Amino acid sequence: MFDFSVITRWVDQLLRGVMPDAAATVVECVIIGLCLLLGYSVIALALIYAERKVCAWFQCRLGPNRVGPLGLLQSVADMVKMLIKEIIEIRHVDRFLFGLAPYIVIVASVGAFACLPFARGLQVLDFNVGIFFLVAVSSIGVVGILLAGWASNNKYSLIGAMRSGAQMISYELSIGLSILTMVVLSGTLQITELVEGQADGWLLFKGHVPAAIAFVIYLVAGTAETNRGPFDLPEADSELTAGYHTEYSGMHFGFFYLAEYLNLFIVAGVATTLFLGGWMPLHVPGWEGFNEVMDYIPSIFWFFGKAGVMIFVIMWFKWTFPRLRIDQLLRLEWKYLLPVNLLNLLLMVIVVVYKLHF
Amino acid sequence: MNNASEYIVNFARGTRSLLVGMRATLRVFFRAKTTERYPENRATLTMFDRFRGELVMLHDEQNYHRCTACGICEMNCPNGTLRVTSEWVVDEAGKKKKSLVEYQYDLGSCLFCQLCVRTCAQQALGFLPTFEHAVFTRGKLIHKLNREGSSLAPKPVAESHTV
Repeated sequence: MFDFSVITRWVDQLLRGVMPDAAATVVECVIIGLCLLLGYSVIALALIYAERKVCAWFQCRLGPNRVGPLGLLQSVADMVKMLIKEIIEIRHVDRFLFGLAPYIVIVASVGAFACLPFARGLQVLDFNVGIFFLVAVSSIGVVGILLAGWASNNKYSLIGAMRSGAQMISYELSIGLSILTMVVLSGTLQITELVEGQADGWLLFKGHVPAAIAFVIYLVAGTAETNRGPFDLPEADSELTAGYHTEYSGMHFGFFYLAEYLNLFIVAGVATTLFLGGWMPLHVPGWEGFNEVMDYIPSIFWFFGKAGVMIFVIMWFKWTFPRLRIDQLLRLEWKYLLPVNLLNLLLMVIVVVYKLHF
Repeated sequence: MNNASEYIVNFARGTRSLLVGMRATLRVFFRAKTTERYPENRATLTMFDRFRGELVMLHDEQNYHRCTACGICEMNCPNGTLRVTSEWVVDEAGKKKKSLVEYQYDLGSCLFCQLCVRTCAQQALGFLPTFEHAVFTRGKLIHKLNREGSSLAPKPVAESHTV
């Protein structure tokens, strides 16, 4: 299977050949940053298009089909519109925090995005507590959302932000515990090792019952973490107009919008990495011919394919279920998901200790 | 114990109802889409029968209509959309009869209430399912419904009427 580190190493050697080491490192950092941001925005555009199409299909409509073939240029047109829109200056807001909040949200989401293993050898941040770092950095986003609500000087924004805070902090527990369950099974926190460990079988199959429970919990909590329906009450448009980003306009709003979609991708990407083998191809033990054919598919397609399926499932949730009330939301987390999660962790430990997994 | 079993039953019931909902939406996802792609499908687009697009006077192949110029439609029209111009003519038997000269219809003020069609004793009027009525001046919205050279059908009315 093609290893992307060949390319990165070649670029590295090329740069070190023409300039001193320190300068080469700086240039590499800039290149990586640019690539990340480019990938970030391209994926966000693709996701916005996909969301609109999927939503339309769930409602028996066609969705965007006017701009470009099949409406493919719709989200590009939206982006151009967003970029040229005025950022409205609002009186009586906390200027500094109001301006800062969207950047915190986007930085948190880019930070988490950088941890994802896109393909063999194609990963930016990889160290021994990788998955822990990912969870930590993705929770910084809630600070941005709280700041946005607080600095807006608007009741709706504040209520939305407070709801979002309560929701994210609650569901962070579920996400953390379900990730912990899988870490118990794979025995490592490093993302590359997590993926490498799934060469002989995805963790979802290796860990059977407890892994499946953790997978479902992760999906529910991940949907809540991204503030998407049915957990989109921080921005419940019928009650709060738009929640924490009511007062934002132009590209500041665009940042929240981008981060929301990229968080969806990150949740799907982490689900892929933890449960569905990351960029590992599907191997069925005993079917040698099948396994070889699967190996010919490049690893990047495996990662994006699996993430795409997860994204579809999360969109499916959004367009099926009605929005929860705040008390129902918290009841679901504290009375159902958390106890199930703790028991599941115990079950996984038993499975691992007595070697009941595959 | 009762509480615990209730908790578990609730959990199972909730999960099941969520799955039922997801099955329902997935079915809709793969269903053929109902959206009409209007300007592209102009040639094949058919409106439903009861759609009231514009009022027409029914004429048959011999260019006969059935309007006796009685004026009931004009009196019934809530908006004054119709104007029936008639003249008195003397027929062979020497009887004076009303005859239609011009039947004027203003699409711009029509309610599409169908009162004219319903009350017409001769069933001389009908609605067409056309809908592309946009024009640049109001004058173009005023239609003359009786065709050029048409006349009242002779007593035994021909069965088949075309528009």
